[in-house]
Parts: sequence; C-alpha cells; structure tokens
Amino acid sequence: MSFKLKALLKSPWVFHLSTGSCNNCDIEILDCLTPRFDIERFGMLLAPSIKHADVLLITGSCNRKSATRLKRLYEQAPKPILVVAIGECSLSRGMFIHSYNCPLPLDKIIPVDVYIPGCPPKPEAIIAGVVKLIGKVKSKTKK
Amino acid sequence: MIYIFYLLFFGFLLTAVIGLLASWIDRKVTARVQYRVGPPLLQPLIDIIKLLGKETLVPTGASKTAFLLAPVIGFGSVVVVSTLLWINNINLGQGFMGDIIVALYLLTIPAISVIMGGFASANPFASLGASREMKLVLGYELPFVLAILVPVIKNGYAIKLTDILSFQAQNGVTVANLSGVLALIVALMCTQAKLALVPFDIPEAETEIGGGSIIEYSGAGLAVYRLTKNMLLFTLPFFLMILFMGGLRTDGIHLLNGILKYVGLVALITVIRNTNPRVRIDQAMRFFWGPMTVLAVAAIILAYKGL
Repeated sequence: MSFKLKALLKSPWVFHLSTGSCNNCDIEILDCLTPRFDIERFGMLLAPSIKHADVLLITGSCNRKSATRLKRLYEQAPKPILVVAIGECSLSRGMFIHSYNCPLPLDKIIPVDVYIPGCPPKPEAIIAGVVKLIGKVKSKTKK
Repeated sequence: MIYIFYLLFFGFLLTAVIGLLASWIDRKVTARVQYRVGPPLLQPLIDIIKLLGKETLVPTGASKTAFLLAPVIGFGSVVVVSTLLWINNINLGQGFMGDIIVALYLLTIPAISVIMGGFASANPFASLGASREMKLVLGYELPFVLAILVPVIKNGYAIKLTDILSFQAQNGVTVANLSGVLALIVALMCTQAKLALVPFDIPEAETEIGGGSIIEYSGAGLAVYRLTKNMLLFTLPFFLMILFMGGLRTDGIHLLNGILKYVGLVALITVIRNTNPRVRIDQAMRFFWGPMTVLAVAAIILAYKGL
C-alpha cells in the first residue's frame, strides 16, 4: 500500500452533508465526537469545509433541490475522497421512495463506498462502518 | 555554508519536530480536559503527510499567484525567525544590532500571509476571516511591542538578543521582577492571539465561518498552513523564553530546566484555550487596547523605576 494512502487512512477528516434528512443521522454523527466514542483516537476530525475533507458522510434522501448541490460538492472535493451513505434515507430513500421529490437514490448520483443502514444508525454502527471502509480500501489496493 | 546548515537543521527541522510534538501535547491536553483519550503521538505528522498527498485546488475567480504564494511566505518567515532565535540561543555573540526588532517584524508576517491568502481566495467567509485577522493584528501588536520593551529596559537597554541573554545569565531572569511578571502576562495574551487560539480564534472560528481565511485551501497549501501554525507554537513561546526566562541552555541540568519552562508555557496556553469561550472582535480590540495596554505601560514605568 502506498505511503500516501496509509496516511489518509490514519487521519480521515470527515465532512457531513444533510441532503434533506430529519437531522437524526446528523446528531448521531456528532455523537461520535463526544467523550464516550471519541473518534479523534483514530485521527478523525470534523472538517469545517469540503476542501479539507477526506471522507464525505451523506445523510438524507437526496431531493430535487439538494441533488444538484450534492453533485457540485462532490466535484469540489479534493481527490482522493471516500463517500459514506448513512441512514435508511440515503441508502434507499426510505419512506420517501414513492415521493415525487426524490427521483434518484444516492448511488445513482455519485459513487458510494460504504452503506451504513439504520434509522438512525447508532454511533457504534457508524464507527464499525468506517472500520469496514478502511478495510475495503486496504484490500482493494493489495490486489 | 554554516548558515545554510543552521537554516535547514535548526530553523526548519528541529523547529518542525518540536512544533509537531507541542501540537500533540496541545491536542492531548485538550482531549484529557474534555474526558477524552485523544490522538496518538504521531497524529500531527500524519495529518501533514496526508495533506501533502491530496489534490490542490484553486477556486475560480481567485488570484492564483497570491493564493499559492501566501502559505509559503508565512512558512518562510517562521523558518527565518526560528533560525535567528536558535543562533542567538546556541552561539552567544553571533547576533547583530537590533535583531529583536527583526524578530518582531518577522513574527507579524504569518498573520499577513493569512490575510493575503484569505483575500486571494475569492470566498466571502475567507474575506471575513481575513478582515477579522487584520483588525486583530492592529489590536495585539501595540501591547505586544510595549511588553517587549520591558525586557529591553530591564537588561541594560539592549536591543540585541545575545546581550539580553548574557545579561540575564549574570543578573537573574527578567520575570523575577514585578515589571517582568506584568509584561509576561501581556505577552502571553498577545501570543494567544498571534496563534489564533480560542479566546481570540475570531479569524478562523470553525463553528462560525468554517475555518475563515483557510476555508478554500486544500492539499499542500493547507499542509503548509498547518505546519506554519505548529512551528509558531514552538517559536513564539521560545521568543518569550529568551526575553523573559533566560532562554534554553543546552548544558547538563539546564536542558531539563529549559524543557520544563517550554512545556509549562505550552500547557498554560492550552489551559487558557480550553477554559475560555470565543470573544467577539470588538471585545478583543477593547481588551487589547484597554486593560492590556494599560498593564504594559504600567510595567514599562515600573521597569524604568527599577522594579
């Protein structure tokens, strides 16, 4: 594995974006930073701007207004960037699947690396998902 | 040739290593204050390496030259000023007349590079951060210069760092006097603002304007800004140590004494950072031009009277 990627996996800074979620998933993401879970142990920090971020956490069911902005944000991010979909809404649009306002699921708009189900997922589940993401990137570069 | 060695080894390498360690101490103490575990020892270094490997983006509408040059200017000035301080600290008698004034000027340039980068990046938040930084520089420079005058007066009107160091080695440190204590308090507050740490982190308030003037930086530019800030976390307390506490001596037990002085200053800065809320820009200006300037002038008068 390259030196660059090793450093990236040891300090993934996250940026969270709500594409019209009910805010429960966002609250659970912020819970990961509290003393009980403390993801700064693994070098993760909450980035204030997408230009500083390495991991994009997306919550919510990509409605017509936010889908274009989501795409623009993904294009603005410095590569390499990893995308994590958090919560039922961003996985499959959840209860909004028949809504006129949610035309596409998230992974039809931008590539997604890891899906974390739950409504909302627990902080433990989010940390487990990020661990799986790191494992996936490691095994992908070994081949 | 020897000066290039000084520049590369003392100015860059040693300062960067100690600065990264100090930044780890800062993050770890912050985590322990908040009942967290905190990051591992190499975390600040890993952050820098990771940022160097990322893509560097220049926003549309930004002034490309100024945007890419700004972090390098700040970084260069920190390297030069730490070389100056190390040379004076290690080889007494190598300085030149008035190098304390040069050090004061060079310590302002990182703030100017932040202003330059903020205005060059064509982002409203960055412009806001840069204008706040400009006001903050106007605020803290006056009491800082006044506080630096106290060790100059106390150490026989010397404006040469080596003279100040050798005077303190013979006649006791500046901070042992009442005027020295007052001036050190003022200088510590100004250091806090120079480092943009919490009571005065108005220019880069992360929760408010999303990083301020560094919001548009990514990849190598951000890495250089972070490294500059980490190195300043060594250079500024080191400058105060030379002026007020007799510097860092490398012989025998004095080395331990010097390390204790440095770690104590960094821990004090961290504790101030963790126990205070962020102030508004007008409150910061009032604080620096009011109580801090009065305190600094009082310290100068006391020093002039020989206290």
